[in-house]
Amino acid sequence: MITSNPPFSQDSYGPEAVIMKGVNGVNWQLAEYEKRGGYQALRKILSDEYSPGDVIAEVKKSALRGRGGAGFPTGLKWSFMPKGDGQKYIVCNSDEGEPGTFKDRDLLRYNPHIVIEGMAIAAYAIGASVGYNYIHGEIWEVYERFEEALEEARSAGYLGDKLLGSDFSFDLFAHHGFGAYICGEETALLESIEGKKGQPRFKPPFPASYGLYGCPTTINNTETFAAVPSLILGGGDAYLALGKPNNGGTKIFSVSGDVQNPGNYEVRLGTPFSKLLEMAGGVREGNRLKAVIPGGSSMPVLPANIMMSTDMDYDSIAEAGSMLGSGAVIIMDETRCMVRCLLRLSYFYHEESCGQCTPCREGTGWLYRLVKRIHSGLGEEGDIDKLLSLSDNIGGRTICALGDAAALPVKSFIEHFRPEFEYLVTHKESQIESK
Amino acid sequence: MITLEIDGKKVEVDSGSTVMDAASKLGIHVPHFCYHKKLSIAANCRMCLVEVEKAPKPLPACATPATQDMKVHTRSEQAKSAQKGVMEFLLINHPLDCPICDQGGECQLQDLAVGYGGSGSRFEESKRMVGTKELGPLVSAAEMSRCIHCTRCVRFGQEVAGIMELGMVGRGEHSEIMSFVGSTVESELSGNMIDVCPVGALTSKPFRYAARTWELARRKTVSPHDALGSNLIAQLKGDSVIRVVPNENAEINECWISDRDRFSYEGLNSLDRLTEPMIKIDGSWEEVDWAVALDHIKEKFSTLNADPNRIGALSAPQATTEELYLFQKFIRELGSENVDYRLRQADCSNTGANALPWLGMSIGDVEKLDSILVIGSNIRKEQPLLAHRIRKAVNQNSASLALINPMRTDTLLTSAQEFTVSPSRVPIFMQQIVKAVSVQLGVEIPAAINHINVEPDAQKVADMLVVGKNKLILIGALSRHHPDRSKIEKISHILGDLVDAKIGLLSDGPNSLGAEATKNIPARSGLTAREMTANALDVYFLLHAEMGEDSCDPDVAIDALKSAKLVVAMSAFKDEVSNYATVMLPISPFSETSGTFINMEGKRQQFGPVAPAKGQSRPAWRLIAALGKLFGFGGFEYESIEKVREALRSVYDDLDANLRKKIDINEMPDALRPIEGIERFADVPMYSVDAVVRRAPALQSTKEAIRDYLWLGSDLSKELGAVNGDVVRVEQDGKHIELPAQIDVSLAGSVVRVPMTSNASKVIGGIGGPVQITKVASFEANV
Repeated sequence: MITSNPPFSQDSYGPEAVIMKGVNGVNWQLAEYEKRGGYQALRKILSDEYSPGDVIAEVKKSALRGRGGAGFPTGLKWSFMPKGDGQKYIVCNSDEGEPGTFKDRDLLRYNPHIVIEGMAIAAYAIGASVGYNYIHGEIWEVYERFEEALEEARSAGYLGDKLLGSDFSFDLFAHHGFGAYICGEETALLESIEGKKGQPRFKPPFPASYGLYGCPTTINNTETFAAVPSLILGGGDAYLALGKPNNGGTKIFSVSGDVQNPGNYEVRLGTPFSKLLEMAGGVREGNRLKAVIPGGSSMPVLPANIMMSTDMDYDSIAEAGSMLGSGAVIIMDETRCMVRCLLRLSYFYHEESCGQCTPCREGTGWLYRLVKRIHSGLGEEGDIDKLLSLSDNIGGRTICALGDAAALPVKSFIEHFRPEFEYLVTHKESQIESK
Repeated sequence: MITLEIDGKKVEVDSGSTVMDAASKLGIHVPHFCYHKKLSIAANCRMCLVEVEKAPKPLPACATPATQDMKVHTRSEQAKSAQKGVMEFLLINHPLDCPICDQGGECQLQDLAVGYGGSGSRFEESKRMVGTKELGPLVSAAEMSRCIHCTRCVRFGQEVAGIMELGMVGRGEHSEIMSFVGSTVESELSGNMIDVCPVGALTSKPFRYAARTWELARRKTVSPHDALGSNLIAQLKGDSVIRVVPNENAEINECWISDRDRFSYEGLNSLDRLTEPMIKIDGSWEEVDWAVALDHIKEKFSTLNADPNRIGALSAPQATTEELYLFQKFIRELGSENVDYRLRQADCSNTGANALPWLGMSIGDVEKLDSILVIGSNIRKEQPLLAHRIRKAVNQNSASLALINPMRTDTLLTSAQEFTVSPSRVPIFMQQIVKAVSVQLGVEIPAAINHINVEPDAQKVADMLVVGKNKLILIGALSRHHPDRSKIEKISHILGDLVDAKIGLLSDGPNSLGAEATKNIPARSGLTAREMTANALDVYFLLHAEMGEDSCDPDVAIDALKSAKLVVAMSAFKDEVSNYATVMLPISPFSETSGTFINMEGKRQQFGPVAPAKGQSRPAWRLIAALGKLFGFGGFEYESIEKVREALRSVYDDLDANLRKKIDINEMPDALRPIEGIERFADVPMYSVDAVVRRAPALQSTKEAIRDYLWLGSDLSKELGAVNGDVVRVEQDGKHIELPAQIDVSLAGSVVRVPMTSNASKVIGGIGGPVQITKVASFEANV
């Protein structure tokens, strides 16, 4: 149970907040949510007789893109679902395990009903009668909070048979994971819900044709669902206008690392990185910014100069050479040894590989040990190129994207900070940490 | 149809095919490990990565659907770099201990490493060690560091064996293949895991360190254990068979074989092999020359001047058709009609014309059935690969399956309905089914059963049988050996006619049909096997028969044989027959002779010898031909097996005609009464069906081989106050024995299980019937 947290300022998530607007850490209950305008979007689509197609069209118009990491257009994803009867499922991916990401946790504990409302609307749009919210294993109290919210929603008629007197029925269940990073991969998540070992499935077939229990399934990130109610209320065009073309709406960024005020900040897509950094109080202790991972640990690192001239939206970050990912902005200042940083990341992917397919099972351990050897001052000439070559042999060769996630940091760290690696190989000590 | 191009060659495949299928069709080999044509697609080894034009990255050929106009390159730079990259990863933690690995020389990893591996390694870290796993006496998992995690063994268990006994535990590089905690691998098909394992992680325990693969000669043969007739490849080092693997035959065994077929070869090399002709003189055995032995028989025979009606001939269904033909011909030349192969049949009365022991359909057609009723068979143990076809029918064709057995047999199918019925109630239960079906179909109920009550369980079976199109009533060994066999068969035929179902009779051994075709059954005036042993005769001829094990009445049979004046045992093994024979003639087991087995679908499979004869042993067909000549009978001049086969042509023609004949049985047996009180259920454990398998040490050390107990259901054990290990006295037909008790909750209420071929059977007899049990001593007292 989350009991002890005192309320925080309603503006904590920033002045541009939409999803987290008015959220103060204690006003998560149904009544408070309704006071903030909650469940109006669901009422609207059910009473105004929006057809499912209308909802999808609105989402398409808004240019809402998946907030989990891949940034896939949400409306397009929903439109892949087969029409007609037959069991379909909607699944929320709250298995937030990407290092640096902690936005879904806040969403579920401080504003759970917005996710429930978003899922109900999505379920209506794709024709699903049952939904699951798969919640990360290491946040048990958040799972309990969400269960409480579900009970509230069920009693109030927002879930269950014939929602709000319409013909639409929707049951939503919370499912507690057990902390495996790989279960955040959508097909591994489905396997896990089915009670099997969480290992990704080979795609195709994609979940839209063969998903949970073999039925058509749509899986979206928690924040994606949370964006839906305001999108429906304000309309797709207005939502798009919040951000920039092809990058609609606002996005919660989890800013962590060497900043004064780490935390979640909700800003409009297209906001300059420098402004986001400012919101987080700037680099800690007046240090100079060295590097930033803009989208969670699986995304390539970018040096300070590139980041300071980049805007925070899917297309701008891609242009700069990385990806917006889940919006986990990891700030590294001048005191950071990049070899040590990579060592920690490589350890993570080695530890979290599911072991199903060869390149990842065997390769991630090799990468980690090689980085560790270099970091310990035992690196040899050729090791850095070997790292690059191994990364090439892992990336793009695996069943799921974990292989890429393990390979991309290695390649980007070496690309941007190769001299630090070479210094360690030559001098057997870190250029940064020995100072 | 889809047209695509692989390596510049166009190919057309069905929609739904994969790139791997298309490549195979073109004869292009895409390297792979986890892909297996009979298993589901896992796409986890990544060895089959190929370049597909317009795809951003290499794709696994095994899992990528072929699409129209797709262009695939299996040997482009991108493809080769992906394949070599994967090979490097597979080898970094592999021990590379090929010189001491049993798989060396026949290892997919070794083979592909030649093409795709580097000559040296860039891997300078320490290798992963994986601990030894104990999986039982058949499959060795001593070197699991060799495992490449392809999960073929896991998928084999789930998809083919029907039971997941191995799984991949742990994550990442700590993933390990293992069994459930404290469990071994006990599937009757477990040996196939050795075949599907592409590396030396799972190997054959009995074969371990026995030979290098390139030292082995390979010869085709046919299974001598069951009527499926699995095709085998026997592998020999020198003159001995030291390994058996499947010879793929899509119509019979696909690419699998049962553990019984795979590991029984050890029996062929048993120290108990009879290798010299032997005569019993003044109570002791002496090795003699063939000529002496044969002269002895002839001399003894003429001294005895035996009444032809007091000559008995017992052949086993493990004999080849050629042997069986000559055997009955010789016996009939002697003037005797007493020849029978149905050693385990307690009830040999005629069911009706032409009721031959066969499946009634092809083995492959079993997969296409809509409903299957099994009467009296632990089908997985009796016919392991037929059980696999039944599982396919149920899992892939949604067939419904019901079984009537004295115990729950675990078909591994959750949808199967199994009715546990004590043996004496089986025919009654079936009469109820006939009545229920008659009512449902609105036909006249046979007068004999008009008054009987239909239990709800019988009604359930009837409900299943009246729907669907392709149906089979399968009568298993437990029914074949049942004291009321002919009644069960008759009722089955009547039921089959009512619901338009085929009738399948599962029989003992590999060649019951061959024995039937060659008339190894007495004509009207002759004695059946049971009659021959119930009334002691003067002279017996035995062909591959071990009456202490193979008879339905072993105690009676041994007494009869011991009191005879001349017992000529033609046998490959000595211990058992030496108890009652007066002459032992060493004959070749199936592996050392040419022969023909006729399998359950009526298919004749010829085979040649795979190994030279051991010692002075000779093929039985040669021996019998020589005996015939020695006795001065005409028509025994067979200088080659081909000459015997010429004589068999008309036999086969008759058989083929008889298999096609319709069997008409109209007479419903009178309503029957069950045994009140406790009755015995006597099955033949799967690893004691014949002389060869009984002498295979690895199979004999499995759980399946345990037979010297008395098994009780939970109700009986409570009544008796018995727990595991207590000594229980069991009395049958005035004979009794004391046995340790085991509780088996799967048994029907008033049933005790004392198997055939157990030591107890040699004392109290081999078939079912009423028994009395009393607890004699408790387990603690024994300790």
